[in-house]
Amino acid sequence: MSVQIDFEDEILLCQLSGEIDHHTALPIRISIDEKIENCRPRTVVLDFTDVTFMDSSGIGLVMGRYKILSELGGDLEVTGLSSNSYKVMRLAGLDRIATIKKGGSKNGNKRISNDN
Amino acid sequence: MVINEFRMTIDSRSVNEGFSRAVVASFAAQLDPTVEEINDIKTAVSEAVTNCIVHGYKNSLGKIYITVKIHQDNQVVISIRDKGCGISDIKKAREPLFTTLGGDRAGLGFSVMESFMDKIIVRSRVNSGTCVTLYKKIDGRIK
Repeated sequence: MSVQIDFEDEILLCQLSGEIDHHTALPIRISIDEKIENCRPRTVVLDFTDVTFMDSSGIGLVMGRYKILSELGGDLEVTGLSSNSYKVMRLAGLDRIATIKKGGSKNGNKRISNDN
Repeated sequence: MVINEFRMTIDSRSVNEGFSRAVVASFAAQLDPTVEEINDIKTAVSEAVTNCIVHGYKNSLGKIYITVKIHQDNQVVISIRDKGCGISDIKKAREPLFTTLGGDRAGLGFSVMESFMDKIIVRSRVNSGTCVTLYKKIDGRIK
């Protein structure tokens, strides 16, 4: 599991890759939160395109960042969800805190965004 | 009738979460499951093993006992057991969003197991341990 983070035009793009579980989520969370603290982005994009597996730790990752951004006044976008990741996200009712858009990214993957 | 079975014991180290779900998924692969069925099993196993580590043993070191049985009717039965602290109120623990831990734990472990498997049974005794049994019938690809 790794995360590539780039900051440009007030957008923090976090490209996640590999498997997200309780073991791997912590270092990712620390890296992203450090960048949010330092860069104060307008929007954070969590790109799941290269995520091969995700359990409920992925929900925690999204919800936790959503809370931080709500306090700081930023937006959160979740893109590139595989059908498995989407199934887990939908179970968490993330559509209640964000708009779920299907097929919004490449490969017909699902997209969750709160930019409504 | 059980036609194939395996058992393993692992340490309650978080690095074993990925290992245990991969092993269980490999064993279930003999039923020729769909990618979605395999992902459902991996996700449910990941939740159960994580529960043993963070709740049962509260991040101290213990053993996790995993048994997987394949039945003749293509049902997979996975039992994941710890000898940890146990759950005092199972009904409460299974409620969506309930968590005894703060931080980024979503409190959705049991919800994920329930929705991704056909049936789950939770047995627990305080100070003795917890056993979660996961059931899933594999329809597999049309043969």
